[in-house]
Amino acid sequence: MQRNNTNSKNKYLLSEGHTACAGCGELLAARHVAEAAGPNTIILNSTGCLEVTTSQYPNSSWRLPWMHSLFENSSAVASGVAAALKYKKQDKNINVIAQAGDGGTFDIGMGLISGLWERKDNVLVVCYDNEAYMNTGVQASGATSHGASTTTSPAGKAIPGNMLFKKDMPAIAIAHDLSYVAQTTCGHIADIEKKVKKALTMPGAKYLQILCGCTPGWNYDTKLTVKLGKLAQQSGLYPVFEAEYGEITTALKVPKKKVSVEEFLKPQKRFKHLFKDEKGKDLIKQLQVRADKNIEKYNLATE
Amino acid sequence: MRKILEGSHAVAEAVRMCAPGVVSAYPITPQTHIVERLADFKANGQADYEYVLGESEFAAASIVEGAVAAGVRSYSATSSQGLLLMAEVLFNIAGMRLPLVLSVANRAISAPINIWNDQQDAVTVRDSGWIMLYAEDNQEAIDMHIQAFKISERVKLPVMVNMDGYVLTHTYEPLDMPSQADVKKYLPAYKPKANEFLNIKNPRTFGAFATPETYMELRQELYEIVESSRKVINQENRIYKDQFGRGSGDGFTEGYKLNDAETVLVSFGSVLGTMKDVVDELREKGEKVGILKVRCLRPFPGEEIKKALEKAKNIAVVEKCLSLGNEGILGGEVKQHIDKPVKNFVVGLGGKDATKGVIKEIVKKAKGTDKKLEFIYPE
Ligand SMILES: Cc1ncc(C[n+]2csc(CCOP(=O)(O)OP(=O)(O)O)c2C)c(N)n1
Ligand SMILES: [Mg+2]
Repeated sequence: MQRNNTNSKNKYLLSEGHTACAGCGELLAARHVAEAAGPNTIILNSTGCLEVTTSQYPNSSWRLPWMHSLFENSSAVASGVAAALKYKKQDKNINVIAQAGDGGTFDIGMGLISGLWERKDNVLVVCYDNEAYMNTGVQASGATSHGASTTTSPAGKAIPGNMLFKKDMPAIAIAHDLSYVAQTTCGHIADIEKKVKKALTMPGAKYLQILCGCTPGWNYDTKLTVKLGKLAQQSGLYPVFEAEYGEITTALKVPKKKVSVEEFLKPQKRFKHLFKDEKGKDLIKQLQVRADKNIEKYNLATE
Repeated sequence: MRKILEGSHAVAEAVRMCAPGVVSAYPITPQTHIVERLADFKANGQADYEYVLGESEFAAASIVEGAVAAGVRSYSATSSQGLLLMAEVLFNIAGMRLPLVLSVANRAISAPINIWNDQQDAVTVRDSGWIMLYAEDNQEAIDMHIQAFKISERVKLPVMVNMDGYVLTHTYEPLDMPSQADVKKYLPAYKPKANEFLNIKNPRTFGAFATPETYMELRQELYEIVESSRKVINQENRIYKDQFGRGSGDGFTEGYKLNDAETVLVSFGSVLGTMKDVVDELREKGEKVGILKVRCLRPFPGEEIKKALEKAKNIAVVEKCLSLGNEGILGGEVKQHIDKPVKNFVVGLGGKDATKGVIKEIVKKAKGTDKKLEFIYPE
């Protein structure tokens, strides 16, 4: 099953003509990941919104050699590609990227990603973290924010949304002693490109996690995609940082004037129930505590 | 060269001579001796493939899928639970038309967990689009692996080589090992076209998403490609025979003392060996008994079986697997193509011996009028 890539006029390696929603943070981030990686790159893509919206037979939005196999195995398929390139002695000049959503990364694909990381296969694993299974209709994943209402963690009279806490996937990556682990958001486009470029200079297995707003899943005004990425970072909820061999090497400071987590939560209807009663307000306080802890842990405060 | 080798080691040696660029697997009894030997070759500098430790069979199958998609001949092996864990990937590999060879050391399926031989594992994925070959003995297992790579790369479909766990994998036998030069002559290097692999010089999209508008057409195409492999399986059996002097019937079925046989046993896998001994004995006593060996389960040789059984009076299909809630797998499929009564026997589940006594009882019962499925136990 294969065919020519799109004849579109723009020059992006992930070109227009895809079927993603207006304001999709994942597509925006993915385009910049592809651009930064450049044409000497093979992409292995898990099932999810990014795959479905860019590869509808007989069209394709990809100008790179690109392959989708299954939901959970883009990492292992990438390991196979990396092994084949090594065998052909092409591993020095071709990048291999395995990319998946948060569901494909944090949950169903985690064992396979751990295998890749343990083997230190020469692959950059990219997670587009939109904090739920969006492709199947906004179900909760291991990346879903505490308190978020999803279709399988709905905010109801008894339970105010997702009661679990987001899994710390970068910490799990760091525990594998990777040469490079980084986190950023779709509000930091230049930073995405910089981190992809940096990652691809590092040996072995690498991990990049990008927070991506999802307009129907988070339920916000489509023009806010970039802004919400910025607010996630500025509030301390989603630190933007790099770590090499377990040492934090860079971290983007939060503004001097404190940005509260409420500013990030408020425009998103997945959190609207939190603003209605005392229980919700308590929950927001807990999220603020987490954000403040991040600011301390990653040393994000500006002196 | 004639050598005394364990089945698994012989298969590993044959695979090494086929020169895969990537090998990935996960250990499961009774497949282990194959992949351990392949690791030994690598560790001792006798092979140049990348040997990737998969952290599960699901990973191993995905790894070889990626490797062949990147244009390099690749190989894996598994058994039983491992094959079931691979199932999702196996369907995907066939749907993507990737040429791969997978050895399956056939073993029982849990529950209850059991490491011994039967044939339940592979039949559960018979609708996946893989070509499925079954070896009768270790000589055939070696020859079949070498042919499997060739068939796979010619038709661009994956090929599964089945060999009974323990009965074949762990048995030492004198075997004719082909020479590296001969294997190289038979099996040229794998060279996919520029648009057939993940190639930065010819970027293509693989594994696209298909809507109702295109999905059925693509699946029909796959059906037709599997059908088209019949010719290639037959040809490669012949080409191999011309070069190495060994072949098996038409590549799909092979008769044994079939010409005047009134009672015919139809089966696949290693139990055929015991059957031949029994048939020889019974023939000496003047009984007109013969055997029809099934070497390929997918694509299914319905026409060949029909023709071979034209003169048979009593037909017995003997197998080590079944479809719970229906009947035997091979039995059911043979019946689809024959319009006379067929008696289906299940033997040897989970390592139960399929002895000569078992086969003799089957020959007796095959002549009766009761055609209900029967489980036959050793005396
Ligand atoms: C084995 C398996 N289970 C479930 C699915 C259904 N499924 C397809 S995409 C998807 C959600 C993907 O979520 P995520 O990885 O977060 O990516 P997103 O769509 O949010 O970008 C699910 C559950 C599947 N394709 N395969
Ligand atoms: Mg998601």
